[in-house]
Amino acid sequence: MEQIISLIRQPWPWYVAGPLIGLTVPVLLLLGNKSFGISSSLRHVCAACMPAKIPFFSYDWKKEKWNLFFALGILLGGFIAMTFLRESTAVTVHPNLVKELAGYGIHDYSSLVPPDLFSWPSLLSVRGLIMMVGGGFLVGFGTRYAGGCTSGHSIMGLSSLQWPSLVATCCFMAGGFIMANLILPTILSL
Amino acid sequence: MLKYLLAGTAFGIILVKAELVSWFRIQEMFRLQSFHLYGIIGSAVIVGMISILIIKKFGIRTISGEKVNIPDKKFNKGQIYGGLIFGLGWALTGACPGPLLAQAGGGVTVIAVTLLSAVAGTWVYGRFREKLPH
Repeated sequence: MEQIISLIRQPWPWYVAGPLIGLTVPVLLLLGNKSFGISSSLRHVCAACMPAKIPFFSYDWKKEKWNLFFALGILLGGFIAMTFLRESTAVTVHPNLVKELAGYGIHDYSSLVPPDLFSWPSLLSVRGLIMMVGGGFLVGFGTRYAGGCTSGHSIMGLSSLQWPSLVATCCFMAGGFIMANLILPTILSL
Repeated sequence: MLKYLLAGTAFGIILVKAELVSWFRIQEMFRLQSFHLYGIIGSAVIVGMISILIIKKFGIRTISGEKVNIPDKKFNKGQIYGGLIFGLGWALTGACPGPLLAQAGGGVTVIAVTLLSAVAGTWVYGRFREKLPH
């Protein structure tokens, strides 16, 4: 029993976590014919809080309430995992990345999210503002424009052989490569 | 609705345990320094694909007895433009919408700002939707 608990408290390898994430697809389908997707919850929040007579937000969001409960669950899951299921929150990463990030003054690996970048004081810096506020905006705008995110397109869409999702996934990756390798270095040196 | 809350909770726990919520891990992926995330997405897609095949082949129904129905996605140019824009944001924040929720729940309170900004981005898209190429 203790061994099992200790295994759970360590980071899970990809071949355990990946299949579990894949199982979310049939679980949601069988629970109630729901297609896995998370970014739609952002749209439902807009429709519920600020529809402003915009056609895109004029629909019965209450019918999609399940998606908001699912999103709330993720929030709760994050809390449970961080509070009870972790030995340490330190992350081990590739030495080349450590070297690169040290050049930008990022040394703290104690948390899942680098405190050097994502923290309240950092919000007042240009770098932090671009990464947290600008990044969040791009995520919200881009996922809706693309009609889904990594869950809706890359997992659900690819699993059900939707070719538009393959296009979207390739563009997600392309955007990520461009940002991480070509633009991010400039932002990190601000 | 409780069942979806529980499914979400399980998903959130997996996201944290898989370190998918880590900005560092996303950076590793886009620098081709680690197989971790490719392995996760790849194996998740394979398991999802096999599950859907099984559901279709054996005509498995939902717990309330409905036929399982997966709507087809239609192609439009938004998947290209929006996809690229989301990709930029993904590498900046080191998170897609799911991990953002898990981070906020996991106690990184400042991520609430990123989430609000994501809601704002969604709203702005809805506001200017007709003017954007699709």
